[in-house]
Amino acid sequence: MKTLIRGAQILGGEPQDVLIDGETVAAVGTGLDAAGAQVIEADGKILLPGLVDLHTHLREPGREDSETVLTGTRAAAAGGYTAVHAMANTFPVADTAGVVEQVWRLGKESGYCDVQPVGAVTVGLEGKKLAELGAMHDSAAGVRVFSDDGKCVDDAVIMRRALEYVKAFDGVVAQHAQEPRLTEGAQMNEGVVSAELGLGGWPAVAEESIIARDVLLAAHVGSRLHVCHLSTAGSVEIVRWAKSKGWHVTAEVTPHHLLLTDELVRSYNPVYKVNPPLRTEADVMALRAALADGTIDCVATDHAPHPHEDKDCEWGAAAMGMVGLETALSVVQHTMVDTGLLDWAGVADRMSFAPARIGRLAGHGRPVAPGEPANLTLVDSAYRGPVDPAGFASRSRNTPYEGRELPGRVTHTFLRGRATVVDGKLT
Amino acid sequence: MLHLSGGSPRTRGHLVSAADLTRDDAVLILDTAEEMARVADRPIKKLPTLRGRTVVNLFFEDSTRTRISFEAAAQRLSADVINFSAKGSSVSKGESLKDTALTLEAMGADAVVIRHHDSGAPHRLATSGWINGSVVNAGDGTHEHPTQALLDAFTLRRRLVGPDAGLGQDLSGRRVTIVGDVLHSRVARSNVHLLHTLGAEVTLVAPPTLVPIGVEHWPCEVSYDLDAVLPKSDAVMMLRVQRERMNAAFFPTEREYARRYGLDGERMARMPEDAVVMHPGPMNRGMEITAEVADSARCTAVEQVANGVSIRMAVLYLLLGGSESAVTNYRTEESK
Repeated sequence: MKTLIRGAQILGGEPQDVLIDGETVAAVGTGLDAAGAQVIEADGKILLPGLVDLHTHLREPGREDSETVLTGTRAAAAGGYTAVHAMANTFPVADTAGVVEQVWRLGKESGYCDVQPVGAVTVGLEGKKLAELGAMHDSAAGVRVFSDDGKCVDDAVIMRRALEYVKAFDGVVAQHAQEPRLTEGAQMNEGVVSAELGLGGWPAVAEESIIARDVLLAAHVGSRLHVCHLSTAGSVEIVRWAKSKGWHVTAEVTPHHLLLTDELVRSYNPVYKVNPPLRTEADVMALRAALADGTIDCVATDHAPHPHEDKDCEWGAAAMGMVGLETALSVVQHTMVDTGLLDWAGVADRMSFAPARIGRLAGHGRPVAPGEPANLTLVDSAYRGPVDPAGFASRSRNTPYEGRELPGRVTHTFLRGRATVVDGKLT
Repeated sequence: MLHLSGGSPRTRGHLVSAADLTRDDAVLILDTAEEMARVADRPIKKLPTLRGRTVVNLFFEDSTRTRISFEAAAQRLSADVINFSAKGSSVSKGESLKDTALTLEAMGADAVVIRHHDSGAPHRLATSGWINGSVVNAGDGTHEHPTQALLDAFTLRRRLVGPDAGLGQDLSGRRVTIVGDVLHSRVARSNVHLLHTLGAEVTLVAPPTLVPIGVEHWPCEVSYDLDAVLPKSDAVMMLRVQRERMNAAFFPTEREYARRYGLDGERMARMPEDAVVMHPGPMNRGMEITAEVADSARCTAVEQVANGVSIRMAVLYLLLGGSESAVTNYRTEESK
């Protein structure tokens, strides 16, 4: 089976043809022979390596009412992703080889997107006792990213040991940086808006103090640290400093932290309730600048599906989180490309090359070149339209962008040569 | 209808936040409450204005004082009152706010007076489309308690300007000091908004741990020194301070709090002669206020309770009754 993508701008460059043969890219050039190939006219479209998400909540096992591996990977494909890292906070928690292998197998069966399970750092995400990190790595799932995401590994000794231990198999600990005592009862960013709304504050220092400690720990034991969903200007400064020291620290930012601010919470609409919380305009601008200059390595969605009833309620009772797989690329185009902060090669790096590298994910985040796996995403960057959650492939609809006009649309996604999205529709 | 012209269009027809009231809205409510207060002095304390209308008191948090005040207000306007307490009801069995609201809507509630432990719950109720009736915020989490601020402003105007002289007047130039747990106080938030709107100069006094981050954007001054502020205060409003706060290290001990921020007779003597002491109740005698101060003629705590009924009558009347003057309405009924 051959497919010829004709006239696409690879990473935003000059128009070229890309020939896919079987599971790999066979040729790249101009005027390629279309004989025996299905032709996709891609005039004016941008061709990217398949996107890679380091931070996805697929909810299965346990919360299949909000998402399953199948619906989540369909949402991922629709958003241009060819690989996602499934977070460990499922029920049961992905803290054993058995659970990570189950998620890995469900991903294989879905066929829409590769699913790389993330293993919990501690048993039950409780922060007390290391989970069997080695067993999860040695399992069929081949776990290399470990995270208690949703909870912070706040005990400094446990964090130190985890960082040290995973060096044996080139693993990385992805920290959800949230000092628990400073965030008891926290409902939103602590600042001007929380003071007025009377909602419990989630101060920036609760994130920054953990990141500061963790980069020092990582330096001390010579390990790799990845910081999840950076949300404050102060966090950016700490990561920038750690990188200047040459320490192995990487960081991600979510699309929503690149666009939305805590001013939206004035509506008390829980669709804006997320952890870490939406911050201020100054934080948003610092995060964009840091993503542009590479201080922040990648964009990760923190796709967090929740059933309708968990958002159709008062703020305090609502669940934290937003879906993001199907809008991530549009938000990045809007906030980074259309503002001139990043070109499409930069987008390819922050949304594919870098996350694949951090996750040590083989076969993803590769250049669009002959011999490489045909994991590709074709984007109509000229498209503009309102976000319609009714059209989501995700089982959940908790998007903060409903009705908001955003640019860009994924028209085709290829997973190892097989189209998972054609003309904007899942296959 | 009371149109909250200064507020968000989405909460028009409701009373969710004191910040939504313009100066003219607030003065109209105070003037209407003055008319309502006169009714309370008559042998028959009832107006027929809201006959056939239903007011629901939806209380997710115990507050007998506030509930009976709203209940008395609605009854004096001849409304039918339904008390819906979350305790012992389906709510305690896990029913959502939405389903509760839909139930009340089906029963034909014209107004829902809501007290809720979550900040923003009344806003949510008013803007979600779950009900059509007016929503009156009777206290939400640590956000707002607008009728408390209105009754406080009403009490201040009566005391500092006079019941008759005050009609049509605001509180321009009056200096009001609010003392205590500002961080957790919905009373303080509503009062800062409303008193500022009415032209008063507000100073908050509290230990720094009990002042919210971001307070510098509020239209008021902040001081950590009660003794410095007292001589310059026309009114001092003492907030209730929960003793348990010391367990979360907001202050070291109850005694230290009382020494530094409590109002005793000695401190009261340093206030200007006509200055009043206010308290929203219930009082923690010996904590934020001594018995000597609480029982003095300067303390308006009991008046505030009486004024609360008048203010809540005014709010329900203006939200549900229409645009005619309450007294005209009353006299018409009387002459029949």
